[in-house]
Amino acid sequence: MVKIDPSEITPEHVYMSRRRFIKSMGALVAGSLALAACGTGSQGAGAPPTVQPASSPVAIPSVSGLPPLIGGSDERGAKLTPFEAVTNYNNYYEFTTRKEGVAKLSQGFKTSPWKVEVGGLVQKPKTFDIDDLLGFEQEERIYRLRCVEAWSMVIPWVGFPLAKLLKEVEPVSQAKYVRFETLYDPEQLPGQKSSFYQWPYVEGLRLDEAMNDLAILATGLYGKALLPQSGAPVRLVVPWKYGFKSIKSIVKIDLVEEMPVSLWMAAAPSEYGFYASVNPEVPHPRWSQGTERRIGETQRIKTLLFNGYAEEVSNLYQPPDSREWYY
Amino acid sequence: MVLLGWLKKRWLQVLVHAGVWLTLARTLWQYWQGMFLVDPVREITTRTGRTALILLVLSLACTPINTVVGFKQVLRVRRALGVYAFLYASLHFLTFVGLDYGFDLSLIGQVISEQRYVIAGFAAGVILLLLTITSTKGWQKRLGKNWKRLHRLVYLAGILVVVHFVWLSKDWREAARYGAVVAVLLALRLPWVRTALTRGRHRVAMVISGRMRHLISPR
Repeated sequence: MVKIDPSEITPEHVYMSRRRFIKSMGALVAGSLALAACGTGSQGAGAPPTVQPASSPVAIPSVSGLPPLIGGSDERGAKLTPFEAVTNYNNYYEFTTRKEGVAKLSQGFKTSPWKVEVGGLVQKPKTFDIDDLLGFEQEERIYRLRCVEAWSMVIPWVGFPLAKLLKEVEPVSQAKYVRFETLYDPEQLPGQKSSFYQWPYVEGLRLDEAMNDLAILATGLYGKALLPQSGAPVRLVVPWKYGFKSIKSIVKIDLVEEMPVSLWMAAAPSEYGFYASVNPEVPHPRWSQGTERRIGETQRIKTLLFNGYAEEVSNLYQPPDSREWYY
Repeated sequence: MVLLGWLKKRWLQVLVHAGVWLTLARTLWQYWQGMFLVDPVREITTRTGRTALILLVLSLACTPINTVVGFKQVLRVRRALGVYAFLYASLHFLTFVGLDYGFDLSLIGQVISEQRYVIAGFAAGVILLLLTITSTKGWQKRLGKNWKRLHRLVYLAGILVVVHFVWLSKDWREAARYGAVVAVLLALRLPWVRTALTRGRHRVAMVISGRMRHLISPR
C-alpha cells in the first residue's frame, strides 16, 4: 500500500543544503534569550489584545556561501512560513486550546532558569541547563511541520541532533525508548488545572527513531531563541511525524524499556498511537490526512508520505505497510 | 411616539435581525482588514459554522423560553432565527466546498469518504434547506397538519450539528457544551416535562399575585 515514488527521494546535495552549521549560534541564541526575558518582563499583564508584534528576525550568519535565510525555502522549494504566522498560531493546550490565543497568554512564561533532567536507563545521568544545551553545536534545519489537524508550516529551526545529547548520557542496552515530559506548573500553565487531559504532556520515541539525524532538540527558530508559544526554551522536532509528537518545553528525558504512553494515547487510544508518522493514505479515524493547508496559502496541497522525509526514515519501519506506524 | 410604540412591541425582532447582519458585516470587515492573519480559510469556516449552530440553538430555545417563563415575544423570532441559521450554514458549506477545496470534486469525494462529520453536517444542512423553503405562510397552509410534523425535523438537525461538531473536533469540550445545551432544550419539549413546567409556572404566578394582593389590600 505504501510505496515510495522516485520523485520523493531527495538527492543528497539538496538534502545537505537543508542544514547550515552555525558555529556562533550558541552565543547568538543566548543573547536573544536574554532579550526575550527582558521583553516579557516589561510587557506586563495589561497588554492590549493585539497580534504579537513580531520584531524582524535576526539575520543568520551565512555559512559556506548559502543564500540568505529571509525569503528562503525548504529543499523542495516550499517557501518558509512567515515568522508572524509561526509565532501566532500555536497548539499549546497548556495555555489555551485557541491557536491564536497562545502567543498572548504565554508571554510571561518563565524559561530561565531551566533544567532538563536526563536519566533512566543510562550510564551517566545528567541535568542540563540552557547553557549546557547551547553548548552543543547549533544548526539551522528547515523542516516542514505537519499538524494532525491537516495544516502545515515550513519552519527554520535552530537546534542540535537529539542523538548528540543521548550519546552523552550513554544509554544502557535495556533502553528501548525515550520518554519526554513537559514542565508541570499549573500556575504558569493554566490549562493543566483541568483534569480533562492527563498532565503533564508526555511524548516518546523508539531509541532508533530518537537517534535518527532528523530528530532535533530545537532552541530557536528564524535565528532567534524560541518564544514561549513555540515551546521555549527547548523542544523536540521530529518532522516526519505529526506535530503533537514534537513535545514542547521539555524538563525531563528518560531512557526506558517499556513503550511510554503519550498524553494523546491516554486521551484517545483508538485515535492516536505511539508512532504517528505522516501518511496521506492512513486517515485519522475521523478525518482525512490526504491533503493539508499550508499556512499562508489558500490552495490545499497533497500530503507526502513521512511528510516528505521517507528517504531518511522509512527504513525504521518494517513492515512498511503496517498501520501501527501511521496513527 | 409611534416609533417608540412600534419598538416596544418589536424590540426583540429588531435585535435579532440587526444582530445577525451586524455579525456578518463585522466578519467581512475583519476579513477585508486582513485580521484573519494566519489561516483565513479555517477562520471563516469555523466562524460561519459556529454562528449557524448558535442561531439554531437560539431558535430551539424559543419554545422552551415561552414554556418556562411565559415570554411570548420569542415565538415571533423563532422562524427568523432558523432561517438565519440556514443562511450561515450555506456560507459554511460554500466555504468548505469552494474556498477550502476549490470545487475539486474528486478531492471532496475522498474527503467525504474519510470524514464522516461531513455527512452529519451535510444532512443537517439539507434539513435546514427543506425547512427554510417551507417556512412561509403559504407552505404552512398547503401542508396543514403535516407542516408541524415536518418542522419537528429541526430537532434532528440540532442533534446532527452537535454530532458534526464533536466528530470534527480534536478537543471536543466546546462541542460537548453545545451538546448539553441542545439536550436540555430538547428535554424541555418532552410532554411530561412541559406539563410540569406549565403547571409550576401557573403556581408561581398564583403565589406571586396572592402575595401582591396581600401587600396591596390592608388587613
